[in-house]
Amino acid sequence: MVIKVVKNFFSRIFSGMFRGNRELRLGFYGPPNAGKTSLANRVCKDFTGEEIGTVSKIPHETRNVQFKEKVEIDYKGKKLMFKMIDTPGIATKIDYEEFLKYKVKKKDAKKRAKEATQGVIEAIKWLDDMDMVVIVLDATENPYNQVNITIIGNLVARKIPILIVANKADLGKADVKKIESAFPEYDVVGISAKTGKNMEEFYESVFKISKKI
Amino acid sequence: MSQKSKVKHLGKLKGFSIQFLPFSEIKDLDSDERIKKILNIVLGNNILIQQGKLKAEEEARLIGDTMAMIDHIKGFQGVELAVIDNGGNDGIWGKFKKNIANTIIGGNLGAITIIGPATIVKEIKRNPKKIELLLNR
Repeated sequence: MVIKVVKNFFSRIFSGMFRGNRELRLGFYGPPNAGKTSLANRVCKDFTGEEIGTVSKIPHETRNVQFKEKVEIDYKGKKLMFKMIDTPGIATKIDYEEFLKYKVKKKDAKKRAKEATQGVIEAIKWLDDMDMVVIVLDATENPYNQVNITIIGNLVARKIPILIVANKADLGKADVKKIESAFPEYDVVGISAKTGKNMEEFYESVFKISKKI
Repeated sequence: MSQKSKVKHLGKLKGFSIQFLPFSEIKDLDSDERIKKILNIVLGNNILIQQGKLKAEEEARLIGDTMAMIDHIKGFQGVELAVIDNGGNDGIWGKFKKNIANTIIGGNLGAITIIGPATIVKEIKRNPKKIELLLNR
C-alpha cells in the first residue's frame, strides 16, 4: 500500500515535469446527438477560429474520429495546449430506419448506419489514447443510460480524468441537477454549446481536471 | 378506458423468450467466450437476464462486437443493455468490503445485467429506483 502511494506520487511529479508543452489529448465522448461536435466546435472556434466538424439534427452525424491539433486554451492567464479529439456517438443499437424520419433516402440511410457502426467501434478503440475526457450528455435526456455508465467505467478503469458536461442547458426541459445526482462522484458542468452559456465554468473545469493527469 | 379496450391496445408481441444465466455459467470463461456466449443467446431472440455484471472493458467490447454484427447479420439492429447494481451509495468502507467479497467470489453477484435484441426490446428505461422494459410489438 505504502509502495503504491509513493509510486503514484513520483509518477505524478515526473509526468508533470515531462508533460511540458506537450499537447494533452482531450477526447469528447458520449451518446449520439448530445452535442459533442457542437462543444468541440465552440472550443476550437474560441481559440483557433476554426471548427472541427459539421453538426446536424440527424443522429450519428460524426461517423469518424476527428481532430484539431494545437488548440491552446487560454483561460485567466493560464494556458494549456490540447489535441482535440471528437468521437462518434456511442450506441448499442443502430437502425437505418431511424434516419428515414429525417427524410434521408433509404440508400443513404443504410450507408449512414453502416458508417455509424464503424464509428462506434473506432470511438471505443480510441479510449486508450486519451489523456482526459469530456463526457457530453444531453441535459434533456435521462442520464441513467448504460452507454454513459459503460463509457465512465472504461475511463475509470484506465485512470483517465473525466469531466461531465450537461449540454443543452439552455432548453426548458434541461435538468442539470438530474445529471449531477446520477454521477455524484464527478465534476458536472451545465452548459449550452449552442449559445455559449457557462463556457467560462467549462474552461475552469477543464483546467481543474487537467491537474489530475 | 375499459379493461377490454386496454387488452386490445396491447397488440401481439413477437415471439421471444427470457433466459436466465447464472454467474457460474460464465465465471470461468475468458472475456471472448463470455461475450460470444451472451451474443449467441441474444441473437437467438432471447432477452438475457444475467446474474452479475461484465467488467467495464467487456461491456465496451460487447458494444463493439454488437456493432460489427449489425453489419454482418441481416435484420440485427443491435441490443438494449442495462445493468442494475446497488453500488452507488455504499461509502468507502462499504465499497472496500464489497470489493473484497467480489474478488473472493470472482464477480459482482449483487448486480443483474439485462440484454435484449433491439428488435424485441425497444427501450430499457431506468432510474435509480426502477427499471422498465419497453417491448416492440
